Amino acid sequence: MQAEEDTLENEEYEAELEIKNAEGLHMRPAMQFVDIANRFDSEINVSNGETNVDGKSIMNISMLAATCGTKLRIKAKGPDARQAIDALRELVEEKHFDEPTPKK
Amino acid sequence: MEIKKGIAVSPGISIARSLIIDSEDYRIPRRQIKPSQRMIEIQRARNAFKDAIGELTRFESATDKPEGGKIKDIFAVHLRFLHDRSLRKKITDMIHSDLVTAEYAVSTVLREIASHFTKVKDAYISERAADIYDIERRLLTQLLGRKRENVEHLKSEVVIVARELSPTQTAGFDRKFVKGIASDAGGRTSHAAIVARSLGIPAVVALEDLTECTSVGDLVIVDGNRAIVIVNPDEQTIRQYEEYSKEFTELEHRLDAIRQKPAVTRDGVEITLLGNIEFPNEAEVVLEKGGAGIGLYRTEFLYLNTQTEPTEQDHYEAYAETVRVFADKPVVIRTLDLGADKYTQRKRFAPEPNPFLGLRSIRFCLQNLMLFKRQLRAILRVSVLGDVKIMFPLITNRHELMQAKMILHDVMEDLDEESIPYNRDMQVGIMVETPSAALTAHSLARDVDFFSIGTNDLTQYTLAVDRGNELVSMLYSTVDPAVLRLIRTVIQDAHKAQIDLSVCGEMASEPEYIMLLMGMGVRTISITSPMIPEIKQIIRSVTMEYCNNVARKVLGMDSERQISAYLRDAARKILPEAF
Repeated sequence: MQAEEDTLENEEYEAELEIKNAEGLHMRPAMQFVDIANRFDSEINVSNGETNVDGKSIMNISMLAATCGTKLRIKAKGPDARQAIDALRELVEEKHFDEPTPKK
Repeated sequence: MEIKKGIAVSPGISIARSLIIDSEDYRIPRRQIKPSQRMIEIQRARNAFKDAIGELTRFESATDKPEGGKIKDIFAVHLRFLHDRSLRKKITDMIHSDLVTAEYAVSTVLREIASHFTKVKDAYISERAADIYDIERRLLTQLLGRKRENVEHLKSEVVIVARELSPTQTAGFDRKFVKGIASDAGGRTSHAAIVARSLGIPAVVALEDLTECTSVGDLVIVDGNRAIVIVNPDEQTIRQYEEYSKEFTELEHRLDAIRQKPAVTRDGVEITLLGNIEFPNEAEVVLEKGGAGIGLYRTEFLYLNTQTEPTEQDHYEAYAETVRVFADKPVVIRTLDLGADKYTQRKRFAPEPNPFLGLRSIRFCLQNLMLFKRQLRAILRVSVLGDVKIMFPLITNRHELMQAKMILHDVMEDLDEESIPYNRDMQVGIMVETPSAALTAHSLARDVDFFSIGTNDLTQYTLAVDRGNELVSMLYSTVDPAVLRLIRTVIQDAHKAQIDLSVCGEMASEPEYIMLLMGMGVRTISITSPMIPEIKQIIRSVTMEYCNNVARKVLGMDSERQISAYLRDAARKILPEAF
């Protein structure tokens, strides 16, 4: 019983998300990103391949300066890791921050 | 009197004494603290965050106008930063390990972040450094207890002059007293511009060295319709502008009503009113003002705002944004008109002695094929998204036009090979803005789908006058008989060849000249969007018969002075309410 709870506590998920809105991860999208990340108890890490930062910090997220097409690796660790990843995926890849995407 | 040209970012006219905002940053000296003081300094930093959040929250709820959405977004971002635990930790860690004061840590950490943003190549992201400086200032105000900028305690009307304005400074402006904004730096997308527009304060930015030629208390005119700022205007200019200003406010009220009505004369002749734009985000303003499309999309902004060469994708995205707004309405994209400015001059070892007669515009493009082709590819690619037309500027002879068309053809072939779709029948036109093009319009007309007369350059080149040079600017007049004769030639040749013709220079946005142009046969004009409602109002209150009459009379006159006086009278007679 105890052991099962432990594994639940340490649930870990990760996903690669591509920035699809034309203007990239500027201030407003960065704000939406951390707002969602902060809804979850899990620890959330974001990496652009070079730096690895706290996904709940607008300072860190905006400093990634991720432009359209950048792929970010998101890692969530904690009791609601899966929900956190799902919510972030929806924001970044489906809603693309409610912003226009470049047409091919 | 000093006249400066910048970028108009918020329409309207204001005349007032200047208030120069010293945007010089607080310089925080590094002061060492004792280890025992660490907790005190850390607590001070925490309190500063708390108080800044409190202040900002009050600010935010005070901005509850519906058009305050953009300002709210900016403040919401600031709030997230103030709540950011990583940011706070960085600051308190620094106090702890480096034994420095709270203000020094705040300033150092935030400036590091700001300089990180400044280095980002993306113009949209790098402009956000202003946000970070603003947050820094906000926290320091709390820590140092310094009073807020004195613009909050204004008692008389002022024009704000500054090197650059932060969003907070701009949003704290009292609309009752702040009548205009003029800044050295900034662009259409800078915060000051966004805020000025949403507050409805006339503003002109990118004036380069305005702060250096203005002293506190100078009389300053900000003309957000014509992108001009005048420092210490003479009596005559003041009177002229007082008139403009009065007209503008009165018109604004009345014009709201006609925005969606067609631009048709009383005897049923329809005029197509298009907008001139410089930046993609102006496209919506054109629609709001009732424009039927874009008659002149200037594309130089892609080069002037950044240090790096824009990519084909940069071009494409900027154009696509505009074209999508207009769906099936026409968008005329003018190829790069660079020259006689920083971009081309920077690339030279020595500046050109006479840049306006030098390597500019299409000449520059034809000598920089990589750059030219990159833009042509992007324009062709967006041509499938709507009614896109391409226009070459500053054509002086047939050979140049043929060269430009050949290159366009080459690019089309490249796209064919790569199976990238584009509109094969995209219309190709030219700006007629040199006397040589006007005089050979009959021959140029055979190889283009449309002409657009650029009256500013046409006037300058015909009369050999630099309008910016005070010593000779009185010789500059678009209604000089020589210029009018050329314009008439172009119109007639376009009609004969049955190609489209429009006028996109400032002449078309002058209420006094619009009847003359219509009488001379112009049916399409493209003007800066704030002027669309006013020009439409005039079109709706005249008859074509009257315009024809005006044109006949004017073309028979041989002195500029006589023509100007006659046109002013004619306009007053038919439109007492608009003048």
